[in-house]
Amino acid sequence: MTQPQFTDFYTILPYLILTVWACLLLLVDLFIPKNRKSITALLSAVGLTGALGYSITQIGLSSAGFNRMVSLDGFSTFANILLLMSGLFGVALAYGYTKRMGIERGEFYILLLFSVSGMMLMAQASDLIVVFLALELLSIPLYVLSAIARKLDSEESGLKYFLLGAFASGFVVYGTALIFGATGSTNLADIFAKAASGETSNLLLTIGAALLLVGFGFKVAAVPFHMWTPDVYQGAPTAVTAFMAAGAKIAGFAALFRVFSTAFPALAADFTDILWALSALTMIVGNLIAISQTNIKRMLAYSAIAHAGYILMAFVPYGNADVAPVAIAAGLFYLAAYAVTNFGSWGVVIALEQAEGRGLEIADYAGLAKKHPALAAAMTVFMLSLIGFPPTIGLVGKFYLFRSAIAGGFTGLALIGVVTSLISAFYYLRVVVNMYMKEGDPVVEREPLLGFTTAVMAIVTVALSFVPQFLFLLAGTAVLR
Amino acid sequence: MEFLLQPLTLLTFFPILGVLVILFMNSEMKNAIRWVALVTSLLTFGISLWVFSMFSASNPDLQLEAKYPWIHVAGWNIYYYLAVDGLSVLLVLLTAFLTPISILSTWTAVEERVKDFMLFFLLLEVGMTGVFLAQDLFLFYIFWEFTLVPMYFLIGIWGGPRRVYAAIKFFLYTMAGSILMLLAIIYLGIKADTFNLPTMLVRLPDLYATGAITAGTQMFLFLAFTAAFAIKVPMWPLHSWLPDAHVEAPTAGSVILAGVLLKMGTYGFLRFNIPLFPNAAIQAAPWIALFATIGIIYGAAVSFAQADVKKLVAYSSVSHLGFVMLGLFALNAEGVAGAILQMVNHGLSTGALFLLIGMIYEQTHTREIKVYGGLWKITPIFGTIMLIASLSSMGLPGLNGFVGEFTILLGAFGSKAIGSPWFAGISAIGVIMAAIYILYMFQKVFLGPAGEVTHHHELKDLNWREILTVVPLVIFMFWIGLYPKPFFDILAPAVEKLLSALPL
Repeated sequence: MTQPQFTDFYTILPYLILTVWACLLLLVDLFIPKNRKSITALLSAVGLTGALGYSITQIGLSSAGFNRMVSLDGFSTFANILLLMSGLFGVALAYGYTKRMGIERGEFYILLLFSVSGMMLMAQASDLIVVFLALELLSIPLYVLSAIARKLDSEESGLKYFLLGAFASGFVVYGTALIFGATGSTNLADIFAKAASGETSNLLLTIGAALLLVGFGFKVAAVPFHMWTPDVYQGAPTAVTAFMAAGAKIAGFAALFRVFSTAFPALAADFTDILWALSALTMIVGNLIAISQTNIKRMLAYSAIAHAGYILMAFVPYGNADVAPVAIAAGLFYLAAYAVTNFGSWGVVIALEQAEGRGLEIADYAGLAKKHPALAAAMTVFMLSLIGFPPTIGLVGKFYLFRSAIAGGFTGLALIGVVTSLISAFYYLRVVVNMYMKEGDPVVEREPLLGFTTAVMAIVTVALSFVPQFLFLLAGTAVLR
Repeated sequence: MEFLLQPLTLLTFFPILGVLVILFMNSEMKNAIRWVALVTSLLTFGISLWVFSMFSASNPDLQLEAKYPWIHVAGWNIYYYLAVDGLSVLLVLLTAFLTPISILSTWTAVEERVKDFMLFFLLLEVGMTGVFLAQDLFLFYIFWEFTLVPMYFLIGIWGGPRRVYAAIKFFLYTMAGSILMLLAIIYLGIKADTFNLPTMLVRLPDLYATGAITAGTQMFLFLAFTAAFAIKVPMWPLHSWLPDAHVEAPTAGSVILAGVLLKMGTYGFLRFNIPLFPNAAIQAAPWIALFATIGIIYGAAVSFAQADVKKLVAYSSVSHLGFVMLGLFALNAEGVAGAILQMVNHGLSTGALFLLIGMIYEQTHTREIKVYGGLWKITPIFGTIMLIASLSSMGLPGLNGFVGEFTILLGAFGSKAIGSPWFAGISAIGVIMAAIYILYMFQKVFLGPAGEVTHHHELKDLNWREILTVVPLVIFMFWIGLYPKPFFDILAPAVEKLLSALPL
């Protein structure tokens, strides 16, 4: 054990910037009058931007800090940038929404900042204890945010998320304990070394890893750990849902990728099959149940579940040293594509949402193309991207995921992937059918920031599919191990 | 700038310029929007002629290449790569030719949401042209899938009463095939370490020879590509989306659907299936010939039973495209050249038929054969042009359809790959059946006593705009019918090159 050096702090500086800023904001917020909470929103955006700026300067850097408890590498930097951007988009979507719904409070933004910082720590954690800390740091603010509307369904959402989330955290702790028992360490690299030396109890290690998988599976909403998702997504304020859908997924996958590729490549023989089944089940169940949804929030919730399956699919060959870098890069690439599409589509949902949960049925989108052609066009772009259709980044991302699965020799799984994509086209197109081919009179909130954010997401979703090279290069630097 | 001024890039993406202009126009300015769309598509046609003037027919290779690395990271050698050769040049011209004609045909037929219509139509042209020019599989896939989106809207918004059903069916059916192709493309890309088609064609023989891709896998890949293309063609028994899509689509949509989109399927076989999987193609040839023959007879028989003119023409497409498939998989010079020419012919004759049906439908709002009758006396110009288009469609000597079908049958008779003259023999019956259902339809609609619609409507003959819309098609029907040599000359070198690579 060495004492922390000054350089240790550089490895987690974006995280530190954000946490310190959030703590300061907590104090500053006391002096901001109740009707001026947009200042808090603005200040939190400043904090996120600052951390984002520093994160970008960390591209290409690689080091470990605090006795290898955290690491800074291409993987964590990619995830951090993505998470900070998600935070910014989350603030942008919440800005007008919280005002309109009468839930504008300073804590809202501060909780969001803490949650982002937890997610970033998750992406950098290379010790199971830090993974657990990060998991709690990102989850607890999310529980509160889900319930922040103080209405019945919002509270139900928060409580449900909290109870099931706490349960899942328990799995992570128990898994960590078993792994510590088997290897005498919680450090990912040490666990790998011990496991490779063959002196460990493989059974304990495998059970421990499986318990971790349950915890992460819960966070990314993989079937059969997805039960909370539709209710929580539906009950939570939509701006929170948008942030949660992207952020929690990125953080959950970041932890899953890092822990499994760094600590457990030796267990791939056992876990490949398990991941295969999880992925197939998630794609099938998510997409099939989404078909019967009439509420757009629930439909997008099941779509979020299905997309967890696609990303898992790319990760199945993680034990194959040739394919593992592709698998991780593909996963990160798709998470970026998904985050952009996700914020855009939730932005449209927010634009149509009225008080008391009206305007959230898919049927409420009827006639949108005639009244608000730009909004309908944007939603079409997002739906196409979720199907994986050109000209959107969703297609390039899915192409990458399938490539990873096929390169790993899992053509059957890829086949399930494309067939479920076909099924998904059916329910995504239903939104398009309503917007363009049915008559109706939808009510749309005109908020400049919301409109701007949605437009930017739509443009980025299309433009990235034409110039994806830099995203490929950036994701390609995210090699673990 | 250099990138944008490449002839083929310009040709493919020029309609985007029109899209951008229309995007910023007020949707109430319907006529101005129509003019912008028409002028854009005419200019695109002009560019296609310019491209054609630079095209050398004697050169069998890819020409006018526009090639730039696009996604260039390890294991992802994806190029932005457009090029044209004898196999595709006629189809590119056909696309650029039919688009302004279709836009002209919507002048009075589309009054609702004109702005959106023109936007989607021009976007569709981009996708179609791209499909015929792309020489990188990833790029091809993007264009291929992209054409679905505007067509989906064209059917779903401006179509007939069951338009939403037809649009979704069209979308899902086509997507079902192309996702399998996607997997095959990815697999090939991993094995060959490139998505660039010419490079892949150089590397594949080694991979086959060394067993890196086994014969069985080759067959699977062939079938995966076939799934995508056979649905698009459509080959019997995968055709059931076609009548719905055709009947519900607006006239201009039907014209493009029959004229160009279906050809994307047959072109796919030509460009990808045959050269990429030569052994599998030879192995599968008799089977494809069988399905093509069934399609020819089935399509013709079902056409005969239709009460709706548009549906009749739609099913006749199944029959005609069966001929194209038969010619392609004859895998000899006559068959393939005839098939390519027949793709163009079908675009012309069926395009013309759909246009004409649309013109009369606009006046009467019905397409039922039995309510018409005696139209010839009232609308002689309409009747004459309809007669020419019908005769062209059924393959009367002297018109284009005959040249294509005759060459195809000639090829199929002597084909080593198909291995039996029976397929050609039975298919020839299809030609006779075509004469029956087309003439039956013509007789019921145009001759005999006046039907109830002919009686009660003040029917007008074609106006100048409508004549201008169809006459260009008629000119080509005669040209190809009477003097097809220049067209075959364009095809021959490229076809020869394609076939010389086959181990036959």
